Amino acid sequence: MNDTTITFEIDGIEVHGREGQTIMGAADTAGIYIPRLCAFEGLPAFGSCRVCTVKVNGRFQSACTQPVAEGIMVENDTDELLEFRRNIIDMLFVEGNHYCMFCEKSGNCELQALAYRFGITAPKYPYMFPADRNVDASHKDVFIDHNRCILCARCVRASRDLDGKNVFQFVGRGPGKRIAVNSRANLADTDLEVTDKAVEVCPVGAILRKHVGYTVPIGQRTYDHEPIGSDIEANKQ
Amino acid sequence: MSENLERIVTAVCESFGNDRTRMMDIVRELQETQRHISDDAMDLIARQVGTYRVEVESVVSFYTFLSKKQKGNIVIRLCDDIIDRMYGFERLKQTFCDALGIEVGETTADGLITLETTPCIGMCDQAPAIMVNDEIFTELSRDAAIDIIDQLKAGVAPERLLRKLGDGNNSCPLVSAAVSNNIRRRGEVIFAPLECGRSLKKALAMSPNEVIRDVKTARLRGRGGAGFPTGMKWDFTRAATGEKKYVVCNADEGEPGTFKDRVILTERPELLIEGMAIAGYAIGAQEGIIYLRAEYAYLRPFLEDVLQKARNMNMLGSGVMGKQDFDFDIRIQMGAGAYVCGEETALISSCEGLRGDPKNRPPFPAQKGYLNCPTSVNNVETFCCVARIVDQGAGWFSQIGSKGSTGTKLLSIGGDIRRPGVYEVPFGITMREVLDMAGGENAAAVQVGGPSGQLIGPDMYDRIICYDDLATGGALMVFGPERDLLQVVEYFMDFFIEESCGYCTPCRVGNVLLKDRLDKIIHGKGEPSDLVYLEELGTSVKATSRCGLGQTSPNPILSSLKNFHALYLAKVKEDQPFQPTFDIHQALGTAKEIAGRPSMHFAE
Repeated sequence: MNDTTITFEIDGIEVHGREGQTIMGAADTAGIYIPRLCAFEGLPAFGSCRVCTVKVNGRFQSACTQPVAEGIMVENDTDELLEFRRNIIDMLFVEGNHYCMFCEKSGNCELQALAYRFGITAPKYPYMFPADRNVDASHKDVFIDHNRCILCARCVRASRDLDGKNVFQFVGRGPGKRIAVNSRANLADTDLEVTDKAVEVCPVGAILRKHVGYTVPIGQRTYDHEPIGSDIEANKQ
Repeated sequence: MSENLERIVTAVCESFGNDRTRMMDIVRELQETQRHISDDAMDLIARQVGTYRVEVESVVSFYTFLSKKQKGNIVIRLCDDIIDRMYGFERLKQTFCDALGIEVGETTADGLITLETTPCIGMCDQAPAIMVNDEIFTELSRDAAIDIIDQLKAGVAPERLLRKLGDGNNSCPLVSAAVSNNIRRRGEVIFAPLECGRSLKKALAMSPNEVIRDVKTARLRGRGGAGFPTGMKWDFTRAATGEKKYVVCNADEGEPGTFKDRVILTERPELLIEGMAIAGYAIGAQEGIIYLRAEYAYLRPFLEDVLQKARNMNMLGSGVMGKQDFDFDIRIQMGAGAYVCGEETALISSCEGLRGDPKNRPPFPAQKGYLNCPTSVNNVETFCCVARIVDQGAGWFSQIGSKGSTGTKLLSIGGDIRRPGVYEVPFGITMREVLDMAGGENAAAVQVGGPSGQLIGPDMYDRIICYDDLATGGALMVFGPERDLLQVVEYFMDFFIEESCGYCTPCRVGNVLLKDRLDKIIHGKGEPSDLVYLEELGTSVKATSRCGLGQTSPNPILSSLKNFHALYLAKVKEDQPFQPTFDIHQALGTAKEIAGRPSMHFAE
């Protein structure tokens, strides 16, 4: 261990991190999975979904934004936190229109996978069935289905920071907050290309490629055999 | 795209140095002159300041005083606050709708007048109140409302509408507002007589560290509500490294029921300026920003004049009061209608020309605030306290109030009381004493600290107003025995839904779910399990929300569940009949329309 190593605890397990690293980053390396939706490797932390909420020295913080510090006591896998996270996942399900059974993302969807990991069969909150979520199919290669958008801003960040384009941004506020594109109305009028990182990073089926779909048979999809987070847990020594 | 618009947009952008961080000023000015920010205007702004169009739209769509849709030359905003509702809001709304022949949200056919409602405009002690463009009219009767419309229709400009001027500086030509101060009790800190420049002079004779030490010794805590120790905040900001540092005054007084900063801005702006200059000196900042809520735009010309006078007296500018190496000046940043901007990091976002989204912490503003520079954001009242502490001494200040809560507190009291207004009281006073003072002996409940605070009943009136018991940024809303408290709670939840920035899931979604379940209970359809649902959901939203708004938004429900449990119990009953969560006929509406026939499975 050199001087820059920061030692702290997650659920009583000693974890090592380095200066400037987030709790989530250090936990990933240690093979401890902290559930997440808006966080994505290679994109700046955003802290909006709150699924990664942990308790740091008794205070609730998002693990994706909270830096590690020497000696902090982090709670992750507790009944209280699991309940809060389940509630957030439930909220995201009822806020939009998520019909997994015919969504192309099914099996590869991180929201769905989280629900499975948490053992959610149906959300505890009543569905809101929003009627104002439209579909933008104007672009020749990509479409946006706002019914499935969970406002995680991965596309916003990827387009800005990885593609250098700024195709996406939020408009409106509160329950009326939406992803908008950098044109008067249509995705077709932006400089988005199908090869953009922004298209790849969507955790749900809100931004999808056209001309392909259901290419992977059931049984071979990303989350068909192992729950989401298994790759991280495999890091465990 | 008209050449005229292009010329106008270019000129406005240029007047702000084509600086995209001045987006708020740019779009505010265009809103004022063009009455909307059109698609064309957004394209032009983006091009002119070198940003993306969607970034401009992102800002425009965030603030309620900005709009993509064309508005009338005159926008009438009816203050839709719970106190205004108690004092005739509905009647007044009907009067305006009838007289104008439009509904709320619409514009008259001639394009002259747009009618809107807006949450608390800081006039709870003189409800019902309205805004006509930037002008404020209070205690508005039906006749006065009709008279205003008649004058407007006859072509009278809003600033020329006849009005009875208020007391104090409200009647000074640069304010000319029909607003009353209603200062009911003057304490020894804020409303004591003021000798301009004295405390700043004293501060400049000390070292910056000595100033901070005094603020710490006085045990001053932030007056906005959160109560963070001011001296500590300044220490952090001073210690942080940054080429530039900033002092920001949070004058975005948006918590419904609060209006004390409005009175300070009207009657003690010099004290505020001194406090800000002292802060600048203490932390090593050269620039200060007063973030003024859009609802207080009527005070802007007056405040600009006060700033100019301070420059003339060398209380601002270069070499402040002869101190060679200390330059400090202040600009006013106007808000545009967003409660969340009262949260300090959201306020900074707004100052930077962005949506009013709060920022992730850490880094805290003391490390990376405005334009990533170390920034101290303090409340209007806090700066005023600092000026007095420097002038009269930390010992003097800490003698006032209680041990953990030194000094005085301004309370804005409105609702069912005989003497609504602003009271400067020492910390440590009981709620009962406050109610006696304000003529509210019969109060059935008091909302302490605005919607984000708590609702308490008569059995708690012996509790003490201080940081450790009944903490408040100053708002007390008093409800008499005839008021329906669940309606009050419902109103507050509507307020939070409206004002949530929507950034994080729990606040964006959870508040809507809470409100829906509350509605169910209010309508007599609730079961006892719904109370557990509210409790669990509310706790969850508080714990997982990203900023102070979401962390307090369930408070109206949680505190009333706790303190007025009987109200809920009276509404719920076991074994309610099955209640569908949606209307199947409505859901099938579009399908039936397309099919051109009724449903075969669900009888009408």
